[in-house]
Amino acid sequence: MADRKFSLKRLFQFYDEVLSLPHKNEIARELRDEDDLFLLLVYSDMLGIPNPAFYYTLELYPFIIERFHDWHLRMGMEKSPLDGIRCC
Amino acid sequence: MSAIWLAVAGGIIFILGYKYYSKFIAEKIYRLDPNYTTPAHQYKDGVDFVPTNKFVLWGHHFTSVAGAAPIVGPAIAVYWGWLPALLWVLLGTVFAAGVHDFGTLVLSVRNKGQSVGTLANKLIGQRAKVLFLFIILLLVLMVNAVFAWVIANLFISFPASVISVFIQIPLAIWIGYIVYKRKKSMLLPSLVALAVMYAAAIIASYVPALQIDLVSYFGGDNAAPILGLDATAMAFFVWIIILMVYVYIASTLPVWKLLQPRDYINSHQLIVGLGLLYLGLLFTNPEITAPVNNSSADTSWFPLLFITIACGAISGFHGLVSSGTSSKQLDKETDARFVGYLGAVGEGALALIAIIAVITFFPSTAEFSATYSGFTAANGEGLGVFIQGAAALASGLGIPASVASTIVSVIVVSFAATTLDSSVRLMRYIIAELGTEYNVTPLTKTHVATTTAVLSSAALTLIPQGPNGFGSGGYLLWPLFGTSNQLLAGISLLLIAIWLKRQGRNYWPAVIPMAFLMFMTLYAMFLQVMTQWAPWAGQSDWLLFIFGAIIFVFALWIMFTAASALMNSNKDRISKSA
Repeated sequence: MADRKFSLKRLFQFYDEVLSLPHKNEIARELRDEDDLFLLLVYSDMLGIPNPAFYYTLELYPFIIERFHDWHLRMGMEKSPLDGIRCC
Repeated sequence: MSAIWLAVAGGIIFILGYKYYSKFIAEKIYRLDPNYTTPAHQYKDGVDFVPTNKFVLWGHHFTSVAGAAPIVGPAIAVYWGWLPALLWVLLGTVFAAGVHDFGTLVLSVRNKGQSVGTLANKLIGQRAKVLFLFIILLLVLMVNAVFAWVIANLFISFPASVISVFIQIPLAIWIGYIVYKRKKSMLLPSLVALAVMYAAAIIASYVPALQIDLVSYFGGDNAAPILGLDATAMAFFVWIIILMVYVYIASTLPVWKLLQPRDYINSHQLIVGLGLLYLGLLFTNPEITAPVNNSSADTSWFPLLFITIACGAISGFHGLVSSGTSSKQLDKETDARFVGYLGAVGEGALALIAIIAVITFFPSTAEFSATYSGFTAANGEGLGVFIQGAAALASGLGIPASVASTIVSVIVVSFAATTLDSSVRLMRYIIAELGTEYNVTPLTKTHVATTTAVLSSAALTLIPQGPNGFGSGGYLLWPLFGTSNQLLAGISLLLIAIWLKRQGRNYWPAVIPMAFLMFMTLYAMFLQVMTQWAPWAGQSDWLLFIFGAIIFVFALWIMFTAASALMNSNKDRISKSA
């Protein structure tokens, strides 16, 4: 029952949550767009766009491979566009 | 009679509506299922689809739909006496707006969180989607013109409010920067921004040098005309140009830079405004001086009342919010009743206090009747009277009347300006979408679409001529705004009815308000177009005649589409989700 107790702090938290709901979404969307661009840069060589930093971006693969599936779905590709990555 | 009784009666009706009617709708008509997987869970992505606490979502839904429109409509409609306006707000909210807002939310939840436009395509067909786009285009065009006129008018009538409104812009950009770049909370900076704005409003109320009064800059009311325009008309012209330049920039910036931080500050203002008015009502306990009904009205309330008060009784715009964002964030389907129905009730409460502020402002019935001498006068004066009436209520809390009227006008202008920003942005999107639909590639470019939106809105604001010459005719567009808004609500109710029918359920709770709304809108438009604006009528006006006629044809078209879609029992298009 303790967490149900009314307090001014909780009221402010609630109020802030109400008002910042659309902003949180918008900011998440902007950040996701930046991430999407970054993913395109990282995978550009495999997609046929020459990337001089390919050797370095290759090192990032293990870290971003898990996000690859969501990324290609968002980019409008139902199946993985890369033969080497068979996420679906 | 004390106006508190009206607030109490309104409150009781709203509570009963929520407790019984919305429960009936939720259980027997929409048949909400607590175990249904909502789009927020099914497509959860942390961006658009986010399961959200129902109280938080209601707060957001309410602040998105509440604006200046539920204030302007009632302030004009009390011309026919307070009873017709009050009844339409209360009954409209309970039986029409509640069903509509709640229904669009459920319909969208049951269809992957899709918007009403997409659902029109799905449930009726491709033609309905294009029709829908045109209706929204007309609506946003009217919104742009009407709200630009409202803002310019308030800047001229309440010059002390100008500085606060313009201070809000850099403050909002600053907040956007802090939140986006530094990942800080918005609460504290936005409260600081609000304090700065109100401090500026208070100082400007006492220091004439800080009041940006363009009319006196142009030599006052008796000055010689400049370019054929007197000082007020020139001030109006300059304000419209400034507003249009501003809105061009604001609507092409990323939303997080200006629009959203401003929304955030305005949400505080909504709370401040509602608090000031309802507490002021409690402390001042004012008497109602307006007549119960106006038996000597020069224009009949039937059917114009139903398009004069659009938002506050029922509004198609709410369906766009319900199905556009709220449906993607609903945690449980059963929360739809709380979020959708109470969202409409919140808007009704705003319209209710707007009515109370106006009908208690005048010391006597004679003075009310002198200001509201005719329907045209009511259209022109309504908003100004609301601001003074609201200031009188706020003065019950110890705020000097001049400061209170400045603050209330800052609140109304802020709402109107945010509406203007969003609707120019929306218009830009629609123009681009129509450009794609009809292969007109230039229209799909941001700046071409925005220029088209801004120029057409400016033209529509500047062209209508009121009785006081240039710049005084913007309110003539108000019935057109009300009509297009009601049409949109009509289509949404129709979609809900079709969906209910195809599920084999009782669809009358959606059909009855739809038929009522469509009949009133058609009838009112017919009267306005044929007996007022037509070339052969008394107040002949080509622009309004053409727009009115277009809307009238759309309304007729929708009526036929409605009839055929409801008759059509093609089960192929049924959403399998229910």
